[in-house]
Amino acid sequence: MIRLDHVDKTYRTRRGDVVRAVEDISLVVGENEFVTLVGPSGCGKSTLLKLVAGLTEATGGAVSVRGRPVSEPFADVGFVFQQPVLLPWRSVVDNVLFSVEMLGLEPRQYRTQAAGLLELTGLGGFETKYPRELSGGMQQRVAICRALLPDPGLLLMDEPFGALDAMTREEMSLELLRVWEERRKTILFVTHSIPEAILLADRVVVMTPRPGRVARVLTIDLPRPRTMDLEFDGRFKDASDEIRSLIFAARKDRR
Amino acid sequence: MIARLIRRAAGEFAVPALTLLGALLAWEAATRVFRVPRFIMPAPSAILSEGWEWRYRFIGHTWVTLYETLGGFALSMLVGVPLAILIVYSPVLRSALYPLIVLAQSVPKIAIAPVLLLVVGHGEFPKIVVAFLVAFFPVVVDTATGLAATPPELLDLSRSYRASAFKTFLKVRLPMAMPFVFAGAKVAITLSVIGAVVGEFVGSDQGLGYVILSATSYWKTELAFSSMILLSLMAIVLFGAVALVERLTCPWLAPAPEE
Repeated sequence: MIRLDHVDKTYRTRRGDVVRAVEDISLVVGENEFVTLVGPSGCGKSTLLKLVAGLTEATGGAVSVRGRPVSEPFADVGFVFQQPVLLPWRSVVDNVLFSVEMLGLEPRQYRTQAAGLLELTGLGGFETKYPRELSGGMQQRVAICRALLPDPGLLLMDEPFGALDAMTREEMSLELLRVWEERRKTILFVTHSIPEAILLADRVVVMTPRPGRVARVLTIDLPRPRTMDLEFDGRFKDASDEIRSLIFAARKDRR
Repeated sequence: MIARLIRRAAGEFAVPALTLLGALLAWEAATRVFRVPRFIMPAPSAILSEGWEWRYRFIGHTWVTLYETLGGFALSMLVGVPLAILIVYSPVLRSALYPLIVLAQSVPKIAIAPVLLLVVGHGEFPKIVVAFLVAFFPVVVDTATGLAATPPELLDLSRSYRASAFKTFLKVRLPMAMPFVFAGAKVAITLSVIGAVVGEFVGSDQGLGYVILSATSYWKTELAFSSMILLSLMAIVLFGAVALVERLTCPWLAPAPEE
């Protein structure tokens, strides 16, 4: 579904320095595949998501989604960020409807679906609450519902659970998997957490620090539906060790 | 429960009220004991009785100053907010307008006022212009800051949905900037009062500023004091009105309800 072909992205800072965010990235993501991107800070993971969404243009190589070259934003994408960035003056359900509204669709026709999504993510009964009345985890659930409402084929998630506490984080990961089982879509998921990357993914893309390159792509051969118990599975540990060694090897090289 | 409420009310209102009352009493006593001449420091009772004497004449003067203040404030919002939008959205206009705005702000308004009166003539309008000139700067700066403070993720989100810049402005950036707009408006309303009075000082035959000026030139200090009190009351009420509009239009800014 997504094809990245030797993609480079360099940009200029305000001071005029040239920064190579990602370099020579080649990656193919299949339809309905769950791929996680893991790597240290500043390895261009977020840039990669923006390239796929068409929010920024590659300086080299080619990005295409479903065979179409990406040069500007296109419908059929849902975005979830580290911060929920909800609109504080809108109720929960109106925040969920924000996505269809911005897409130029008629929000009234999506009310039942919005309520259904809130039910699915455990927020039934919270429709009329305001963001400030919700916990961080609940706010992020609203942001996920907002991204899911137009039913995009592609979901881009930029460390969506990064600002949550460890327990809420695990809960949300499993919940995301449950939602994904129910409404299959292609997910590109950026994270700092190695266990999270393995738990969620069909494949894990390990990246090196700036300029971001693909160090290795690991196929996670664990059964689904997944549970936290898998952390004690030998294959989980092997994958975890491999990713860790790749990241640390890259660090040593730089010193 | 009720006892707690009373104690809270006592803490919040009684202490400052008692302090104020004590200060007034001390002031009253001092002017009597030391026989301070009325024209140097009138007693609170003299100020009050003079103000009461003037109550009907004050209505007209207060109305004029209020009119000038509100005119200047309205103008500062009507000009300041669109100016801020232009500055935030167009880098060219930003570099063109910003120096002019800062220049306009850096000229002492009291120095412009006589020239303005020469150019614009007499009546209320030049005072409205002075009030506007004093008040518009915080509106522009605060609104521009608020518009620039939209979380970049929200802008990316809007862009990924291919929403137009206008739609993003209307549904995201402007409402996000409202707290900043109101912060600017609160400063602007109090500055407008000052601007109106400055305008009246330079040349007028009505308004509370004019009353202060003519009262002092006739050594009627107690009249000047009662005008000052009216001016402060006006500023407080106007500030409260802006705060009330903020509470009504942006209820989401109120602190979260306690669990």
